[in-house]
Amino acid sequence: MSSETTTKIPEAAAVPPPGATTPQRRFPQGHQRLLTRRDRLTLGLMAGLPTILHVALVWVTALASILLAFTTWDGIGFDSIKWVGLHNFTELFTNNPQFWPAVEHNIVWFVALILIPTPLGLFLAVQLDKNIRFSRVYQTAFFLPVVMSLAVIGFVWQLIYNPDTGLINSLIGANEPGHYIDWIGDPDLNLWAILIAASWRHTGYMMILYLAGLKGVDPSLREASALDGANEWQTFKNVIFPTLRPTNTVVLVVTIIEALRAFDLVFVFNKGAEGTELLSILVTNNIIGESSRIGYGSAIAVVLLVISLAVIIPYLIATFRKERQA
Amino acid sequence: MSTTVDTTAATAARKERTPVRPARIVLHVFLVCMALAWLGPLLWALYAAMRPYGETSEKGYVSWPDKLSFDNFTNAFTQSDMTHYFVNTLIIAVPAVLLTLFLSSMVAFYVSRFDFRINLFLLLVFTAGNLLPQQVIITPLYRLYLLIDLPGITMSGKLYDSALGLVLIHVAFQSGFCAFVLSNYMRSLPHELTEAALVDGASVWRLYWQIVLPLCKPAMAALATLLSIWIYNDFFWALVLISTGENMPITSALNNLSGQYFTDPNLVAAGALLTAIPTLIVYFALQRQFVSGLTLGANKG
Repeated sequence: MSSETTTKIPEAAAVPPPGATTPQRRFPQGHQRLLTRRDRLTLGLMAGLPTILHVALVWVTALASILLAFTTWDGIGFDSIKWVGLHNFTELFTNNPQFWPAVEHNIVWFVALILIPTPLGLFLAVQLDKNIRFSRVYQTAFFLPVVMSLAVIGFVWQLIYNPDTGLINSLIGANEPGHYIDWIGDPDLNLWAILIAASWRHTGYMMILYLAGLKGVDPSLREASALDGANEWQTFKNVIFPTLRPTNTVVLVVTIIEALRAFDLVFVFNKGAEGTELLSILVTNNIIGESSRIGYGSAIAVVLLVISLAVIIPYLIATFRKERQA
Repeated sequence: MSTTVDTTAATAARKERTPVRPARIVLHVFLVCMALAWLGPLLWALYAAMRPYGETSEKGYVSWPDKLSFDNFTNAFTQSDMTHYFVNTLIIAVPAVLLTLFLSSMVAFYVSRFDFRINLFLLLVFTAGNLLPQQVIITPLYRLYLLIDLPGITMSGKLYDSALGLVLIHVAFQSGFCAFVLSNYMRSLPHELTEAALVDGASVWRLYWQIVLPLCKPAMAALATLLSIWIYNDFFWALVLISTGENMPITSALNNLSGQYFTDPNLVAAGALLTAIPTLIVYFALQRQFVSGLTLGANKG
């Protein structure tokens, strides 16, 4: 996460803005002949410069990650780069006590987010969509955490989880030495403690996405359903929810990517120590930690890359295809 | 109570006020409870931040306050030289937001107003790049940043540990999302607008700068709000690509400070809340833009 503490939602954005119901034609081929040589040069620069920056820093480095994953390198000089084939991967899969827990935690992260904050966000959105009073006030309360940095959220939640000074232990009387419940340090508890903080934030985000989706639902559908005598739950289940399909796809993709990107909260909490290992944390530890095992760190990054692309590519292809057909 | 009959069905439904029913009251009670639960952690942080450390360490955190004050806020602010880190953030965020919008709008113009064969692929490259987790690219990026010498241009003499380095990666990463959103937005503008001007012999730069860009103001405003908040909140890039504490933007500086200067949780709470204030201000001032940016186009209504 971090700079992208909120994952972007291309599909939601793929729908043209209000007022653009009919897809606009672009310049027919013939008009491109109107472009002078200078125009073509301008266009080339306009698209070229941003593309070079983006490709160099994002895609070339991603490719470099793949290459480095098959080497060992201590990072000092290029001479020490050695090709080792699949060694880093076999080592990672069979000999790293942190790897499989990290994979598992990333999966738990996704499952937890999809099972709790997502339905809750949908539920809140449905309630707030009923044009009730103070809707905006409620929305703000739920959405406030989304605006804040995950690092700051980590600090705020530590005030709740700290063993000696935290809110929970103070309330239940577990803040005396010897009686601590160590929400941050106990490997059986800490992931869940962090996930509550993550869910707290994710709920508001899901709520906003669903609210936007619900606003797009044709009001006549509701009217028709009411005329047919359907109750609120039947209307939601049979009429409203099916029309939210595009939103659901966005929510699913966003949540998977958020789960893969999860980093800031864990880093602020306990730096991914026992119980909260994540793939993102393992990669980072290889850079800013004491060890500088670049090939090895890259191998973990490649695992992350493969999983991400397996989600991103089919999703984007479907999105773009739909858009083309529109 | 339903008085609005004019306008479209959609807006009428919006404005309509249903009479007070028991179910409505239950709903409001539920929502008030939920909203309070959601504000709870922040209110708790505020409460802790307003109490002196001596008092809480003596009486415990769950206790009635003898004295509430903003002392911790002023202390956190002065002890840790927060102004300096806020300025660091400004130096990074302002150019990053402007450059991202400028570069991505040019790409969007290219792919949305002309029928080049490469368009779809280009847009895919940008959009997919933006969806990657940052950790996928950080290792080579970190090495690259250490490798690039910029004597005299940055304080560190390298791309590493410089505001410029952070600006570049923010621009490269965020332009994916912005190019995608803006290209959709530009595609919705009537093509006659630019077509006529092109026939009249206007240059493509003029089409972009004087015709298309001014029409994109609403989308640009929404994106600017989003980008400011995202870049301000960045923790990861600064954590890895900045090594000198002095050069850190506020969010990642807080992480250092909490270990270095802050000795009590109340002060950390105050520091964390102070850090969150600018984003909260941006959010409250530009709520509409922020939410519309996040769901840009999702609302067809």
